Amino acid sequence: MTDEHRGASRREALRCMTAGAAGGVLWVMSGGVPVALAKTPGHAHAKALAFAQISDTHFGFNAPANMDVTGTAHKAIVALSALKPSAAFVLHTGDLTHNSKPEQFDAAAMAFSALKLDVHYVPGEHDVADAEQTAFKTRYGAKTKGDGWYSFDHSGVHFIALVNVYGFSKDGLGNLGAAQIAWLKDDVAHLSSSTPIVVFAHVPLWAVYPQWGWATGDSAEAIGLLRRFGSVTVLNGHIHQVLQKVEGDVSFYSALSTAYPQPAPGAAPNPGPKLLPAAELPAALGLRSVVVKPHAALIADSHLSEI
Amino acid sequence: MPKMLLIATVAAISAAIAAVPLAAPKNVASTAKPAAAKPAAETIVAIKDFAFAPPILTVKAGATLVWRNDDDEPHSIVSGDQRSGALDKGDTYASTFATPGTFDYRCGLHPFMKGKVVVTP
Repeated sequence: MTDEHRGASRREALRCMTAGAAGGVLWVMSGGVPVALAKTPGHAHAKALAFAQISDTHFGFNAPANMDVTGTAHKAIVALSALKPSAAFVLHTGDLTHNSKPEQFDAAAMAFSALKLDVHYVPGEHDVADAEQTAFKTRYGAKTKGDGWYSFDHSGVHFIALVNVYGFSKDGLGNLGAAQIAWLKDDVAHLSSSTPIVVFAHVPLWAVYPQWGWATGDSAEAIGLLRRFGSVTVLNGHIHQVLQKVEGDVSFYSALSTAYPQPAPGAAPNPGPKLLPAAELPAALGLRSVVVKPHAALIADSHLSEI
Repeated sequence: MPKMLLIATVAAISAAIAAVPLAAPKNVASTAKPAAAKPAAETIVAIKDFAFAPPILTVKAGATLVWRNDDDEPHSIVSGDQRSGALDKGDTYASTFATPGTFDYRCGLHPFMKGKVVVTP
C-alpha cells in the first residue's frame, strides 16, 4: 500500500468520523484493494455497512473499580442507538456478566431489551463460570452450533462468531478446539475471496500477552483458514483496552469494556481491574463503531466521557 | 489425569456447614463469610493476588481441601471436567481427595493461575 492510498483512506475515514461525531480513537484498516477507496470515495458510502461492538459489560461486578456497571452499560447502550451512521446491529464480544449468576443475566437482558437493535453475542469466560456451564447456552445458544459458534451474512459481509472460552489450551490460553476449526473451514469454503469477513470472539485471536492468558492457543489455525480473503477484521474483548495488530489483510482489534479498565499487558502484577479516580473512569470505558466497505473497515472507538 | 473425586463440592468455613460437610448443596458457591471456627481436618488453599497459596500441596488420601477466594475478583477451580463455579470474595469450595495421585488444576477465569495437589496413600 502506498502512502497516497493510505492518506486517501485516512481522509475518507476522517470524513466518516466527522459525519459520525463519535470522537475518540480512530484507525483505518485497509485490506484487499484500498485503491478503490482512493479513486471512488463518493461511491464508497453506497455499500457501506455500519454496525457496533460492545464488550465486557460485566453485569454483577461490584468493586471499587466501578460501583455502577449497570449505569455505565446503560450509557453505552443508549449511545449504540445514536451512532452515526446508524448501526445495523450490535456485536457483544463477551463477559456479559461477571460470574454467570441468573440475576446478572437477567439484569443484562433487561438492559439490552431497551435497545431496538439485534445483538449478536459470544460468551466470555465470565459467562461460562457456572459449574455446569449451561447458563449462557440456555439463554443465547438456541441458533448456534457446538459450544455456541455461528455465522451470518449481512450486506455482503460474512460475520463469524467464534467461542474460545470453554476449556483452555495446555498453556492456559483461550481455546477454539478442533470441532470449531473444522466447522469454520466448511463455513467459509463456499465464499469468494473478495467477501469481507468479520470475526468476533471474546479472547484475543492473536498473542496479546500469553502470560495473562490474553491469547488463543489454536488461533493460528483459524486465522490460517481466512488468509485467502482480501479483508478480514477480527474483533475481540476480554482485555478491556484498545489494541490493534495488522497481519497482511487480517486486522485485529480489541475493544474497551463498559465496566472497568484493565492494566496494559504486564503493567501490573496481575490483570485485575485497574482502579482509577472516579472522574477518569468514563474516559477508560466505551464502545465501538465499525463501517465495513467492500475493501476496508473503519474502526472508531468512542469513550463514555465523550457521549 | 486421574479424576478429582469430589465429595463435598462446596462448604463454608462455618460451624453450621462443618457439622454436616457432606450435606452442602452441590455446585453452589456459599456466600458465608470466613469464620474462625475452622474444621481441623480441612486444609485451606488461599486464592490471593491471582495465585493459589500454596500452589503445590501434599496431603494424605481422604483429606479435604478448601479453597477460599480472598480476591475481589472471582476465581474458580477447574481440574479436568470438575469445576467449582465462580467463587466471589469469601466464597469457598471443598474437595475431598480419596485416591492417591497428582491433581493439576487451574482457575477457570484466569487459567494462567495454576495449582497442584499431590495425594499420598
